[in-house]
Amino acid sequence: MKFGVVTFPGSNCDYDAYQAVRVLGEDVDFLWHKSSELNGCDVIILPGGFSYGDYLRSGAIARISPIMQSVAKFAESGGPVLGICNGFQILLESGLLPGALLRNKHLRFSGKFVYVKVENSENPFASFCSKGEILKIPIAHKDGNYYNFDGDIEELKKMSRIILRYCDKDGNITDDSNPNGSIFNIAGISNREGNVVGMMPHPERVVEGVLGSSDGLKIFQSIQQWVKGGARVEKA
Amino acid sequence: MNNKKAVVYVRLKDGVLDPQGLTIHKAIMNMGYDQVASVRSGRFFELEVNTDNGQTKEKLEEICRKLLSNPVIENYHLEFEK
Repeated sequence: MKFGVVTFPGSNCDYDAYQAVRVLGEDVDFLWHKSSELNGCDVIILPGGFSYGDYLRSGAIARISPIMQSVAKFAESGGPVLGICNGFQILLESGLLPGALLRNKHLRFSGKFVYVKVENSENPFASFCSKGEILKIPIAHKDGNYYNFDGDIEELKKMSRIILRYCDKDGNITDDSNPNGSIFNIAGISNREGNVVGMMPHPERVVEGVLGSSDGLKIFQSIQQWVKGGARVEKA
Repeated sequence: MNNKKAVVYVRLKDGVLDPQGLTIHKAIMNMGYDQVASVRSGRFFELEVNTDNGQTKEKLEEICRKLLSNPVIENYHLEFEK
C-alpha cells in the first residue's frame, strides 16, 4: 500500500509524515499542491504547517489548490484522508469536515505534549487503539480551538464522530487538560462515513520511543490495518 | 473599462468567541478608557472590480461566501464606493 503526503507552500510537517510512514514500513510519495495527480495512493495525509502562510484564514487558500480538488473527490469516493493540524484546518475549510478552528482561547501558540482519549476505536484511523485508550501526542498550534454549532456538536456525539478528546494523563476530561478552548475538549473528528479524519495533535511526531512517545504510530497502524484488511480496494 | 471599488467587511457571528476582541478590550481598559463596554474584531477588504460584464454584485457575493468569509463562524457585508 502507498501513502501520499501533500506538500503545500508552507507545509512543515510533510517530512515528519513521510518519515512516520517509513517507520510503519509502507511506501510513500509526496504530492505537490499544483498537481492534481494522487499517483495511485491508498491513503492521503494533509500535513501540518502554515499552508500559504495562513493568509486569510488557516487552510482557506489551500482549499482551492488543484490537489485539493482531487483529494475531495478521493474522499467522497470513500478514500481515507487524514488531516493533521493545518491539514485539519484545510479539511474544515473544504467542507469535508464540519465546523471551524478559532484562535486558541488564551491567544498563545501552544507546543507541548498533551493526552487524548480515543472516543471511537471503530474508526479506520483509530482501530488499532482500544476505546478509552489514552495517547500521549504533542500539539503545536495557535488556531486549534474547535468550534461548531450546538446542533452539529450533538450530531457528532450521536454518530460517534468524535475520535479524540483532550484529557489528563489519567483520562479525565477536564477544562485544565483542554489546551485551546475546544468545545467538548474535541481534538479530532471524522466525517459521517468515517473515512475523513482531522486532528490537531501530531501523531507523525511520535512514532518511535526515542521521540518521547510512540503512541502516534497507532494512528498509522490503524489505517494500515484497515486498508490491508481490504476495507477499501479501489485505487485513486 | 469601468472599475468600481467594493469594500467587504467580515466579522465573527454573534456568539462566536472572539479572544482577540476580548484582549483588545482588556488593553483599552488597562489604558484607562473605561467607557468601552466591549470589542469585536474583524477585517475588511478593498476590491477593484471591473463591472463591464455585469453581475458584479452576484459574483462578489460568491467570492465573499466561498473565500473571504467562513460561513460557519463569520458574516460579511458588501458595499460599493460611490
